Amino acid sequence: MATYAMNGEAAANPTFYLAEEESHDHAHSGGGTMIGFWIYLMSDALIFASLFATYGVLSTSYAGGPSPRHIFELPLVAVNTAILLVSSITYGFAMLAMEENKLGGVRLWLAITALLGMGFVGVELFEFSNLIAEGATPMRSGFLSAFFTLVATHGLHVTVGIIWIGVMLVQLSQRGLHFENKKRLMCLSMFWHFLDVVWIGVFTFVYLLGVLR
Amino acid sequence: MSEQSILKAIFGRLTFESFPIHEPILLITFSVVVLGGLGVVAALTKFRLWGYLWKEWFTSVDHKKIGIMYVILGIVMLLRGFADAVMMRLQQALSFGASEGYLPAHHYDQVFTAHGTIMIFFVAIPLVVGIINFVMPLQIGARDVAFPYLNNLSFWLTVAGAVLVMISLFVGEFSRAGWLNYVPVSNLQNSPDTGPDYYLWALQIAGVGTTLSAINMVTTIIKMRAPGMTMMKMPVFCWTAFCSNILAVAIFPVLTAAFACLMLDRYVGTNFFTNDLGGNPMMYWNLVWIWGHPEVYVLVLPAFGIYSEVTSTFTGKRLFGYSSMVYATVVITILSWLVWLHHFFTMGSGASVNSFFGIATMVISIPTGAKIFNWLFTMYRGEIRFELPMRWVVAFMLTFVVGGMTGVLLAVPPADFVLHNSLFLVAHFHNVIIGGVVFALFAGIDYWWPKAFGFKLDPFWGKIHFWGWVIGYWVAWTPMYVAGLMGVTRRVRHLDDATLQPLFVIAAVGALIIAVGIAAFVIQIVVSIIKRDQLRDTTGDPWQGRTLEWSTSSPPPAYNFAFTPVIHDLDAWYDMKNRGYERPVTGYLPIHMPRNTGAGVILSAFALMLGFGMVWYMWWLAGLGFVGLIATAIGHTFNYDRDYYIQPDEVARVEDERTRLLGAGA
Repeated sequence: MATYAMNGEAAANPTFYLAEEESHDHAHSGGGTMIGFWIYLMSDALIFASLFATYGVLSTSYAGGPSPRHIFELPLVAVNTAILLVSSITYGFAMLAMEENKLGGVRLWLAITALLGMGFVGVELFEFSNLIAEGATPMRSGFLSAFFTLVATHGLHVTVGIIWIGVMLVQLSQRGLHFENKKRLMCLSMFWHFLDVVWIGVFTFVYLLGVLR
Repeated sequence: MSEQSILKAIFGRLTFESFPIHEPILLITFSVVVLGGLGVVAALTKFRLWGYLWKEWFTSVDHKKIGIMYVILGIVMLLRGFADAVMMRLQQALSFGASEGYLPAHHYDQVFTAHGTIMIFFVAIPLVVGIINFVMPLQIGARDVAFPYLNNLSFWLTVAGAVLVMISLFVGEFSRAGWLNYVPVSNLQNSPDTGPDYYLWALQIAGVGTTLSAINMVTTIIKMRAPGMTMMKMPVFCWTAFCSNILAVAIFPVLTAAFACLMLDRYVGTNFFTNDLGGNPMMYWNLVWIWGHPEVYVLVLPAFGIYSEVTSTFTGKRLFGYSSMVYATVVITILSWLVWLHHFFTMGSGASVNSFFGIATMVISIPTGAKIFNWLFTMYRGEIRFELPMRWVVAFMLTFVVGGMTGVLLAVPPADFVLHNSLFLVAHFHNVIIGGVVFALFAGIDYWWPKAFGFKLDPFWGKIHFWGWVIGYWVAWTPMYVAGLMGVTRRVRHLDDATLQPLFVIAAVGALIIAVGIAAFVIQIVVSIIKRDQLRDTTGDPWQGRTLEWSTSSPPPAYNFAFTPVIHDLDAWYDMKNRGYERPVTGYLPIHMPRNTGAGVILSAFALMLGFGMVWYMWWLAGLGFVGLIATAIGHTFNYDRDYYIQPDEVARVEDERTRLLGAGA
């Protein structure tokens, strides 16, 4: 190894390269995947932020059409909020089972989470179809355009999450709790909880404030 | 079903009318492109290069090759974007008084829209991303980026966007709504044609690529720096790349959201940005400029990084004020978020809001000015070598300072009310983007070319390239400042006042001088490839570099570094050379590397199908593209076999060759 000292100080024995490989290279750095996924989530959060801002600007542009008070059914949305929050808890149980290396438990809780997610999307579609039947379509006013887009973007994310759970169930049955699969489950976990947080924003900012207005 | 409705189901709104057979300019361009394309395809087939290209380049996850492909894309699109510029200059020089010039209005409007769109999204971004891709992992002593496959996908998505813009040249129309596709012009009722749809789909697809690439680069810098390289020992170029990519992660989602809303307006009939039923066009302006202003810094920060590296290398000195350079970069990153409203002081937000954004804009000139002084002080009493890259630095400082000052001038709201949307503004942003970003990209290409290919670029043609651009820039844009001050607005196809014509004629001459510069650039590359044996560099360190990329061979091996370097000082390679570093020649270990994959190319092909199908209302094609995208993306996750090891004997073979070359050179 090249070890030379030019100056008397700290440079007594400088090492200029690693003679043995650390886990420095990327392929197994699960940490890289985690932080990369975090950064992706932040960028996704900014999509939601833009849609929230757009909703904020257009939220009173009724154009003579219905206003939030007339069309929002709070009890239905409250039930839906509860479904989504519970699905975050059930996902948490899946992760606990993963920590204990219990494949069966992981699959069971994932399946329950997916079912709750489907319930949430189902209720949302039911709400949308009611609104459209009443004539409160996305085309009716700026307010409704922004409302439908914000809420449906969240719903679309949940749908992607459900498909992702489906894919994970297949991959778990193929390879079990493989290192790679665990990493993916952790990313999916962050994704799923992130959608919960966004929904709390939607529920508060759109529904609760909308009815108060 | 009638014949017409069958045709409609298959071709959507695409008809024979969509092809510009009655426009000679487009027809000639089209035939040249087709003939050229066929020639390339024929040559590739004749020399059996398709397999090589596919295996070694298209499917490559090597950050160096992806970087080079990005730069090639940028240069090709530069030629297209510049052709648009020449057309505009010619039209404006001719079209006075009784003369209408040679471009009809609907064509001229597409030309200026395409020029801006291409130059920013498909020239500047690919060149910046390409240089970051190539250089940054080498500078931080890494073997690749954090997500090599994602890197490949990002590149091909950018290509898909570029292809969609190029298709619009010959199939249907491009947008006429300016480079940010402004509403209300781009609303469905005002632009029922395919123009804004081409624009939106091309930029959405390319934008996903840029976002993914930015996430990738930020993660790489956070996680993959070589041992010992703390953040404050990181080369300035990496710092600027870091801040630039953080900005990109933060702003591209906003653009995506804004475009998505406009797409909904156009396809579904929502009322986000319409003029009736509660829509708010200014919301679109706000969103696109929340993206648009920081985007300037996404481009110019890495440019500042390039100038820093070049100045330090060619003055043979450590960069003056490294930490102030880093802080200035961070401050610019933050401030760039707080200035977007200066793009529409005339919106009528009121004096307080305008004052805030005006002052925030002026404040940006402080950290930027600090940087200029840092470069000057680095040069002060340095042994300056005026090689090609260093020339660009000097030209940049002289040019950019003027652009910066006109920027501060425009930041004063009352002045902006007068100069808003005038040619003064257009001259200002060309001044900062050409003088700031473009010069840096050329400096970067001249500087890192020998690292990428193992031989320097030809200096003679490089000087013509340099002088063509620098003189051409000043001749072309000084008259535009003057015309703008006299009140000429931008995007004008015809002027009545013939006394202004000389200014536009001078500007057209300037554009032709730049054309000489661009031609010299292409010739420079060709000549250098032909004369590569004379220009060869076997040391891997042709400029007496100071950062890690110069410590490995040129071109670097697939694994970059046989042993991961350990860093003790800011100028790591300079430190190594100074303290008697000896290159290890034995004891190689297996090196873990990512495997190539075709998934990025396939996904991008489906994205292109989706985009083209949606533009033309060919719903079956769009559906096919969409299903293909999802299926390929999911299918790819079932591939767990994504890496391999380069064996020690292979590493030894490559390194022994380098030892031989180093020995022969010494």
